[in-house]
Amino acid sequence: MSQINFLQKVRIDRAQIDTLFPSLKKRGYSLIGPKISDGAIIYDYLDSIEELPIGWTDEQEAGTYRIKQRGDQALFGYSLGPHSWKKFLFPARKKVWQGQKTSDGNFKTIQEIATQSQRFAFIGVRACELHAIHIQDQVFMNKQYQDAEYTHKRTDNFIVAVNCGQAGKTCFCSSLNTGPKVSQGYDLVLTEIIDDATHYFVVESGSERGLEVLHELSFESVSNSDLEAVERCIENAIGQMSRAIDTTDIKEFLYRNYDNKRWQELEKRCLTCANCTMVCPTCFCSKVEDTTDLTGDYAERWQTWDSCFTMDFSYIHGGSVRVSTQSRYRQWLVHKLASWIDQFGTSGCVGCGRCITWCPVGIDLTEEVKALRLAEWEAINGKS
Amino acid sequence: MSLQALLNNPMEPTPFRILSVKRELHDCFTLTLACEQIPFHFAPGQFNMLYVFGHGEVPISMSGNPNQSDLLVHTIRNVGSVTAALQQLREGDFVGIRGPFGNSWPLSEAKGKDIIMLAGGLGLAPLRPAIYHILENQTHYKNTTLCYGARNPEAILFFDELEQWAHRITVELTVDSAGPGWSGHVGVITDRLQQQAIALTNTIAFVCGPEIMMRYSAYALIDNGLSADRIYISMERNMKCAVGLCGRCQFGPYFICQDGPVFSFDKVERLLKIREA
Repeated sequence: MSQINFLQKVRIDRAQIDTLFPSLKKRGYSLIGPKISDGAIIYDYLDSIEELPIGWTDEQEAGTYRIKQRGDQALFGYSLGPHSWKKFLFPARKKVWQGQKTSDGNFKTIQEIATQSQRFAFIGVRACELHAIHIQDQVFMNKQYQDAEYTHKRTDNFIVAVNCGQAGKTCFCSSLNTGPKVSQGYDLVLTEIIDDATHYFVVESGSERGLEVLHELSFESVSNSDLEAVERCIENAIGQMSRAIDTTDIKEFLYRNYDNKRWQELEKRCLTCANCTMVCPTCFCSKVEDTTDLTGDYAERWQTWDSCFTMDFSYIHGGSVRVSTQSRYRQWLVHKLASWIDQFGTSGCVGCGRCITWCPVGIDLTEEVKALRLAEWEAINGKS
Repeated sequence: MSLQALLNNPMEPTPFRILSVKRELHDCFTLTLACEQIPFHFAPGQFNMLYVFGHGEVPISMSGNPNQSDLLVHTIRNVGSVTAALQQLREGDFVGIRGPFGNSWPLSEAKGKDIIMLAGGLGLAPLRPAIYHILENQTHYKNTTLCYGARNPEAILFFDELEQWAHRITVELTVDSAGPGWSGHVGVITDRLQQQAIALTNTIAFVCGPEIMMRYSAYALIDNGLSADRIYISMERNMKCAVGLCGRCQFGPYFICQDGPVFSFDKVERLLKIREA
């Protein structure tokens, strides 16, 4: 087999992944992918395949995350860690302007020396995460004003996606149709097949450049049993998901439930720590901070991630608009699941479950939506 | 400042020289800036981000004449650290500007109609460009009425101008409380509306002031028979970028910096009723 077509599935040995890395590197991409750091699987710059979390997986529950050995040599046998790809496309902190006072009391902009913008190849992107990237594309790229750095990075962003074979206990992508199968927006998509006897990948290209890279690997045609293994892998992930959000009428439901009694429960439980918004792959709010050096003659403007859970977020002269904890949780949830649809045409949630795992008190939005629906039903029909 | 500059880096402020500083009230002042290189065009109701070097940035509506593109006028109340720093500035100092941002009062839609403006406190400032526009194009509009309410006689903004405007449009003044020297009306602004007995059949309303004042004004207008989609209010929320990217100014589905600040009341009535929305 020497020639393959667009969207054609082929089979490669585990060893071929060793070739994939240099093949991307020589095209000038910085490789970003999973590695183990501080007891978690995070995303970072990668030099070699040995840095991948080989043989590791994670165990998750609301408010709980642990990594553990799988007992095999799987490269992508984990689900999701605390990081998302947004930290590379939309950095948590970046300088957006700098200026210098001039002798006449005026000031002028200091133009940043144009550094060569990084071209990222993301390795191991799950379906939910790919949806999250596309959601942030709508936020940062498709308006009159764009985030130039984000747009630049996304213009040449190589995506090696992975069909999910290992869903976490907090995952619920299947209920939002954002996974676990990768459906769009990738250059290559891998499905990892591993058992006692074999370890190989089924690969498919989704772009011309993906196809070009794939031709540099040694591949063979797929058998029916390989394709069945791919389906089993995805079915397996779906079967592992026990959480779901019922999205029926979700926008109208939340819009008419601002006064739902259930929000008061959040007042007692939510710590407004903002963890959920930091780990969320779609949350995009930021603040701007202006500073000077000690002389006061040189100023910088920094944009940093912000969260609707802080008091400062809604502060206008006289006080904050959202003072209570429940109003801030409500803002987050209603935005994520309802007003996002009005703003960008899609839900702001991809079902990755990070906000559940990394909530220090284990608040679970899938449970909250259920509880809100029940509370509305009871308000209308009386307690059953 | 050009749109292209904003598109290149929307976060970059452009310095403007202060031509004059006018003290309006004890905590309120007007900065007039010179547009030296390029004329600054804006529509009444739009706002700029004002930057004090190293201190920070605040959104402030234009309060000047939209026809005078060589001048940029902002009326500001000292309510925080950046506005306090703005109040320290003097003639010849520089202010960083990003803008203009947001939408505007629907002056085209108002053509051929009676206009009623309800302003509360500093809410008169974002309406002043619309008043200038109406006075210069009075043949386009039918009767214009301005009902303005302030806390007390000392807090009446643009007092001299109000007297001049009263020769050409109907101006109704009222204060919440007053001492012996005040011979005008005392009471809330919605009372003045009742007094007017305005024919609301072919009328459009612009309302600007504190949120609660705008809500009650809008309901008073509705009680008088004006439909909610003919009532426009100007909303305010915390803003950082003013270009729809930072997410800070969200109000329900809206980004106030892009979809507002001017909204027809029917679009926001539901949200205004919700506590801490």
